[in-house]
Amino acid sequence: MNVSRRSPRAEARPPLHRQAWLPWLLLTPGLIWLLLWFVLPLAQLLPVSLSENADRFRMTLVFRGRIANYAEVMTQYAPVLARSLAYAAASTALAALIAYPLAWVIRFRGGRWKGLLLALVVLPFFTSSMVRAIAWTTLLGDDGPLLSTLRALGLPPGTRLLNTAVAVVGGLTYNALPFMVLPITLSLERIPTELLDAARDLQAGPWIVFRRVVLPLSAPGLAAGIVLSLIPAAGDVVNAQFLGGPNNRMIGNVVQSLILVQRQLPRGAALALVLMALMTATVLVHVRRHGSSDLTLS
Amino acid sequence: MRMGNALLMGVAALAYGVLFAPIVVIVVFGFNAPLGRFNLIWQGFTLENWLHPLRDAALSQAFATSLGLALSASAIATVLGGLMALALTRHRLRARSWIEMLLVLPLTSPEVVLATSLLNLFVQTNLPRGFGTLLIAHSLFCLSYAALTLKARLVEMDGSLEEAAMDLGARPLQAFRLVTLPLIAPGLLAAFLLSFSLSLDDYIISLFTAGETVTLPLYIAGAFQREISPQIHVLATMVLMASVALLGLSVRSGRSA
Repeated sequence: MNVSRRSPRAEARPPLHRQAWLPWLLLTPGLIWLLLWFVLPLAQLLPVSLSENADRFRMTLVFRGRIANYAEVMTQYAPVLARSLAYAAASTALAALIAYPLAWVIRFRGGRWKGLLLALVVLPFFTSSMVRAIAWTTLLGDDGPLLSTLRALGLPPGTRLLNTAVAVVGGLTYNALPFMVLPITLSLERIPTELLDAARDLQAGPWIVFRRVVLPLSAPGLAAGIVLSLIPAAGDVVNAQFLGGPNNRMIGNVVQSLILVQRQLPRGAALALVLMALMTATVLVHVRRHGSSDLTLS
Repeated sequence: MRMGNALLMGVAALAYGVLFAPIVVIVVFGFNAPLGRFNLIWQGFTLENWLHPLRDAALSQAFATSLGLALSASAIATVLGGLMALALTRHRLRARSWIEMLLVLPLTSPEVVLATSLLNLFVQTNLPRGFGTLLIAHSLFCLSYAALTLKARLVEMDGSLEEAAMDLGARPLQAFRLVTLPLIAPGLLAAFLLSFSLSLDDYIISLFTAGETVTLPLYIAGAFQREISPQIHVLATMVLMASVALLGLSVRSGRSA
């Protein structure tokens, strides 16, 4: 489109920014980084998951094509796997129920405060997640502000929050909120207000406007929010470790202890790959239906 | 209608309340004077912790390590990611969707899987674990965030400005330095800050790749059983204040550009 009006030499050779090798020159360092530290290690996990320990202390392995590793971890940790998925699903559903109204208020009632309201959703995540976990133990502790208030309102004494499933799901829900609010707000943002006015002019009540117009049009954002919340929740380690106590271990905690404590690299790799397969399937289903743009919030 | 409206506002207010509850605890407990070794229950007000934020030597050491790590990992991620974003937005590439998929995948992989795969690689190749392996791991997961953030900014930016500069006789590198770079500077800053805060906060991947090196989250995780000093809350508050300031700066510079 840009016919060069410059020197004949420049015409003979396309200008630098049009040359085919330039983009690859720009891409190479990043691609090498991704191949070396992402693709290669991930590909290596497959043979590792089919190996046996040669020397557990040094974590050396012998490849044996041992598919039994998978059968073993799947049977031994089936309850943990089920619990992880249940906690992830519960926290994602809760986060959606909280985030959707919040995104609605930001989009349709935010006015000129929209940007600030959105920033306030992200702001808490600029504190360390580990320090937030400490703060949660303060808030949810047996003599903490929440339980004291609830007891004053008639909660039977002896009810605990820390080291229960409620605390873990609560922590996961909290972490999922920005991942839910941002894509939903972005998709609500794309709905022209004229469309809502038109629906109201046609005598649609607020519930009908929501069900028939807004919800279908914001479905891609909601779907992206669900994927972006499910994945970190299912693989989470911190919440179960610090808020859940010994009876609420999730897949991430088991992988961690298999590898770092028991030094069972093959079985840890097998369990990690099971988790990876489940999450990749979720992403692929999403990408096939909605494309990948909502996942990167662009 | 009016009831629905009140319900909406109620949920929103409650959500903000929950979002900020732990933040309030963190800020307030920096001023606590705990009786024992655990700063978990309110005892009384003091400025002591703020006057001596570095009293906890092991904590300060871990904090310094984390800052150095976050700075270097973000620098690598922003440069590599920036180059990739330029290639993906300013040039037609047949492999584009594949490369974008490759950038998204680390974000959609559970952290514990990335951690396992990196640990395995380092063990099998006898790479001693320490600051170097931490830097590799952190720069990797920051790279995707940095590249995608910058890509979004570059798409918004009009490529014709560079073409105009070159039509006016600027050489490509000159056009890049004088036109593109100033325009994407806010995006670079945003990508750097995002990488920085992700690196500073990372626990799982660090746990698997750190060896004997102790970062801030690793230190705090260990401290859970031993001692939770109020200095932890003070440092967290400082990080939050710095983030808010830098975030404001990046939003303002983004607006003026």
